[in-house]
Amino acid sequence: MALATQPMKRNIEVWQDVNADPYIQIENVSKSYGDVTPVKDVSLSIYKGELFSLLGRSGCGKTTLLRILAGFEKPTSGRILIDGVDVTDWPAYKRPVNMMFQSYALFPHMSVYQNIAFGLRQDGLSKSAIDDRIKDVLNLVQLSGFDDRKPDQLSGGQKQRVALARSLAKRPKLLLLDEPLAALDKKLREQTQFELVNIQERVGVTFIVVTHDQEEAMTISTRMAIMDDGKIRQIGVPHDVYEFPNSRYVSEFVGNINLFDGVVVEHELDHVLIESHEIDCFCYAAHTGAVPIGSNVTLAIRPEKIMISTLKPAYPRNWTQGIVKEIAYLGDISIYYVQLNSGKIVMATLPNLLRLSDRNFKWDDVVYLFWRSENSLVLTS
Amino acid sequence: MKQTSTTFSTSKKSRLRSFCEKAKSVKFYMAIFPILWILLFFIFPLLIIFKISFAEPVAAMPPFTEIFSWGHDQFLQIRLNLHNYFSVIKDSYYVSAFLNSVVLSLASTAMCFLLGFMMAYGIYKVEDRLKTLLLLLVSLSFWTSFLIRIYAWMNLFSAHGFVNSLLMKSGIIDSPIQFCGNYYAVCCGMVFCYLPFMIFPVYAVLEKFDKTYIEAAYDLGASPAKTFWKVTIPLAKHGIAAGCILVFATSIGEFVIPELLGGSDTVMFGRVLWAEFFNNLDWPMACALAMVMMIFIILPVFVFKKKANI
Repeated sequence: MALATQPMKRNIEVWQDVNADPYIQIENVSKSYGDVTPVKDVSLSIYKGELFSLLGRSGCGKTTLLRILAGFEKPTSGRILIDGVDVTDWPAYKRPVNMMFQSYALFPHMSVYQNIAFGLRQDGLSKSAIDDRIKDVLNLVQLSGFDDRKPDQLSGGQKQRVALARSLAKRPKLLLLDEPLAALDKKLREQTQFELVNIQERVGVTFIVVTHDQEEAMTISTRMAIMDDGKIRQIGVPHDVYEFPNSRYVSEFVGNINLFDGVVVEHELDHVLIESHEIDCFCYAAHTGAVPIGSNVTLAIRPEKIMISTLKPAYPRNWTQGIVKEIAYLGDISIYYVQLNSGKIVMATLPNLLRLSDRNFKWDDVVYLFWRSENSLVLTS
Repeated sequence: MKQTSTTFSTSKKSRLRSFCEKAKSVKFYMAIFPILWILLFFIFPLLIIFKISFAEPVAAMPPFTEIFSWGHDQFLQIRLNLHNYFSVIKDSYYVSAFLNSVVLSLASTAMCFLLGFMMAYGIYKVEDRLKTLLLLLVSLSFWTSFLIRIYAWMNLFSAHGFVNSLLMKSGIIDSPIQFCGNYYAVCCGMVFCYLPFMIFPVYAVLEKFDKTYIEAAYDLGASPAKTFWKVTIPLAKHGIAAGCILVFATSIGEFVIPELLGGSDTVMFGRVLWAEFFNNLDWPMACALAMVMMIFIILPVFVFKKKANI
């Protein structure tokens, strides 16, 4: 970890416990199709009961990795271990893994009951055991009494629940969810995010969710992995990934950020000082590991960490001045686009505590931007 | 400015509406032609056949009696002769011809299903480039006339045909094998000719359905064999039904294949019908046979339609 300090006080989590055994182990997994390599030497350890997200743009290899876990694709190299058992060569139908498909893939010729029973029958369960399980899972997803409906008689949200029920009914060791909420509209999606987390906590099954939606990943995950070009760029709890991205790519992919090129001019135990012409000031930044004097770095500041004022700060560092160019009013917050002397546009968000007309800075006003040194990050890659 | 934009949008809307109405009427006029076609060349002749089936044969031209006639005192007299229909049921010759046709059609439909499904499934599974080639090969048989293809079979399998002479020359057999002139030959001929009717609809359905259903079945623990029976076949059932109906309906009335590949004792419905028409000049009997056959062709279509609607 590039972090020297843990920012949040919390009980030790399972992935921080050096004695804990990972439940799902992905070891140096690669997958190639001819010249194309969608998954490049990925290693991941996921612990029991986690809700782990694979986050990335489309084509980053996250779905391929999920399909390798499900057994639909064989990795070109590497191993997959589930609960200590090497399942790399197991076919999909033998793995203790279930998948919830993006399209849900509910069998159109079967009722809700038959869809869920299909998987249970393969396990050789008795009729009464199957009935009990189906009752339980339909209860869990709040669809009791929908047994006899056909998939085309269900709404999008109901189909999503049936798909979840069907994949949970077999009590898998690992549940894979491929863009589980992508087909739902925004309101329903937000509602369902919490429900998904609740269900996951109740059944205790390990979930791996593939998503391109960073807000969704941040809302539901215990930890998330950012994937790009077949590789994992960063793994961490959502808060850490957002607050302490390890690269320009991650910082830009998760949330919005202002990036400035700079040079390290002072390097002390507890801080570094960076000179940046783009931002037109000297900036203190919290210590972030080995950055020798004279090295080129990127200074990164999240828009919500920047404060705006018409008064010039009294201290010499960590502020700059510019002209308000654009104001985007989003209801809950406003985004200010401020042009610095260097021509660089800086994004800063302010909660709308005051109405826009009551603020003392408007378009084309000169404003001062300032931020706390622990909120500016130093990125080296 | 605002004014113009609203007038523009309303005129656009009304134009769109009139276009839609026009499209609707175009649709209507387009439907008229096929409807007229069917009325003129199918329904109308069918009614004539239906009428003739109640007449009596006479040695005249046309060779049947008129069933409608004006009697004295301006009575419209209709003489319906039900004898033809009774003999279809009672005469063992017709009954056996009918049963032969049904059994042979069912057998060739079943064979077509087995072969055709395998071929369609194979074509669906192979890589794209090979797929096009295989589909082309299947449709290639349509490029040659059906009659010529059957003649080719006759030449291949007749007593002095290619296969027999090859076998005799190589010393495997001494006397030619009787391939043709029996029910097996007829069945094989029908399977050979109608196989594409099974392959295409089944392939079309297989190609269309979402492969994630198969993955979902695997994912839920079903083995490939189980997935095939429980998911692939049920999802392809519309294509299978369409293929079966096409094969069954065309083969039950088949005349050319039994005539050319069957022997003199291969009695089938189509042949009997032909014989009544052209050899016996018993048009009413032939028409009654045609009507009965029609019902047996239409029946499975209705059964299928009803099932498909559920």
